[in-house]
Amino acid sequence: MSLNPLDVPPDPNTPFQPRSGQRGTGFLTEPFQLGLTPSATVGPYLAIGLTWPDGVWAAAEGTPGGCWIRGRVVDGAGAVVPDAMVETWQADPDGGFPSPEDPRGAASYPGFRGYARAQTSTGEFAIFTLKPGRLPDGEGGLQAPHIDVSLFARGLLDRVVTRIYFADEADANAEDAVLQTVPADRRGTLLATPTADGYRFDIDLQGDRETVFFAV
Amino acid sequence: MTGTTSGSRLHLPRYLREDESLRTPVGYAAYKSTGLRAPLRAPVDLPQRLTEVTGPVLGEDRVTAQDADLTWRNGGEAVGQRILVFGRVLDSGGRPVPDALVEVWQANAAGRYRHVVDNWPAPLDPHFDGLGRVVTDSLGRYEFLTIKPGAYPWGNHHNAWRPAHIHFSLFGRAFPQRLVTQMYFPGDPLFGQDPIYNAIPDAARHRAVSQYSLERTQDNWALAYQWDIVLRGTEQTPFETDDDGDVA
Repeated sequence: MSLNPLDVPPDPNTPFQPRSGQRGTGFLTEPFQLGLTPSATVGPYLAIGLTWPDGVWAAAEGTPGGCWIRGRVVDGAGAVVPDAMVETWQADPDGGFPSPEDPRGAASYPGFRGYARAQTSTGEFAIFTLKPGRLPDGEGGLQAPHIDVSLFARGLLDRVVTRIYFADEADANAEDAVLQTVPADRRGTLLATPTADGYRFDIDLQGDRETVFFAV
Repeated sequence: MTGTTSGSRLHLPRYLREDESLRTPVGYAAYKSTGLRAPLRAPVDLPQRLTEVTGPVLGEDRVTAQDADLTWRNGGEAVGQRILVFGRVLDSGGRPVPDALVEVWQANAAGRYRHVVDNWPAPLDPHFDGLGRVVTDSLGRYEFLTIKPGAYPWGNHHNAWRPAHIHFSLFGRAFPQRLVTQMYFPGDPLFGQDPIYNAIPDAARHRAVSQYSLERTQDNWALAYQWDIVLRGTEQTPFETDDDGDVA
């Protein structure tokens, strides 16, 4: 097929708008923003890419005072999810973070990484860590000890985020502003309960006991 | 100082959230596995405090030189179309994200993963494990050499095939920047029937698709695909002032 160079298409429905067409009404005054890369599910084969031999150790093996946090991830039919990954991030027992992003400065607590990842292929996840200390909330108050959790799995197109609080910190929990924003009848889903070697924290993705998830 | 006292007020950055209309939803009906897994209740807003504005430092010690070349394993070369995948990791304010750990995994050229639950009858490649890791440089750049993954069937619906894709996992500086996603190849004819691709709002789908790069294609060696990745950035404060009100 040959093209006729004089066969100019009619004006489009939307006429050409120069980029400066909005001059005076936001051009160069709106903050520059790139569009975010969309998330996607981690899929069923996450073990290929995300398995670390040292993944579960938020605190080094044998660290005095260390504890295991274990839990199951359960779907809406009550079935255990065997192909999820749980990641945790938290402060050390003194309330510091091994992160230069902390405006108070990066902390260095012996044996403490603060981050762990664990898969649920055995039916539950397990991470070894130190119980975090209380933290300033930045507005003059104190937060209760907590661990931020990201959960990734086949069937979740984005991570879901929750927080682990500790059932044996009732006084601190009562003063925690975030916990108080959660309806009282759902707060229990955020409490890890003491066990022989640490804590248990089950995550229910749906149902009557659906865990409270957060938008960060 | 750190410590467990309340102390004074802290000036914390605030990581911007993507507009709802451009964000991939956690659940999507056409992707069947979401049915019993995606939470049904609305999430509770979490204010960004110290735990949310910090993040682990995971860098060079997690990566070896061979992790950036997926085409050579067990003393031999993987079968498939050799490709260079490269790009920059930026935040939404356009700033590079240096020292970011990028973990990738993928199927082999036949569309088969080296994983016990992948049992579809396409051959495994003894010279391909599908795992790569890199850390971004001071300008936020990453690149790795691999083979183009094949498409593969899955049970989501009749004759369902995943478009060719590479899984990516990224850490930025702070908890809100954590991202797990998939990179696609331009013009894939399988996009139209793939619910994982179509779960991305229409206006944002192009961001998940790499672009062919003639410039970086290496003569007699490998095709190149560029994929820039944008993580959440912080709210901009145009001027920092000191106690005298002077612009610092």
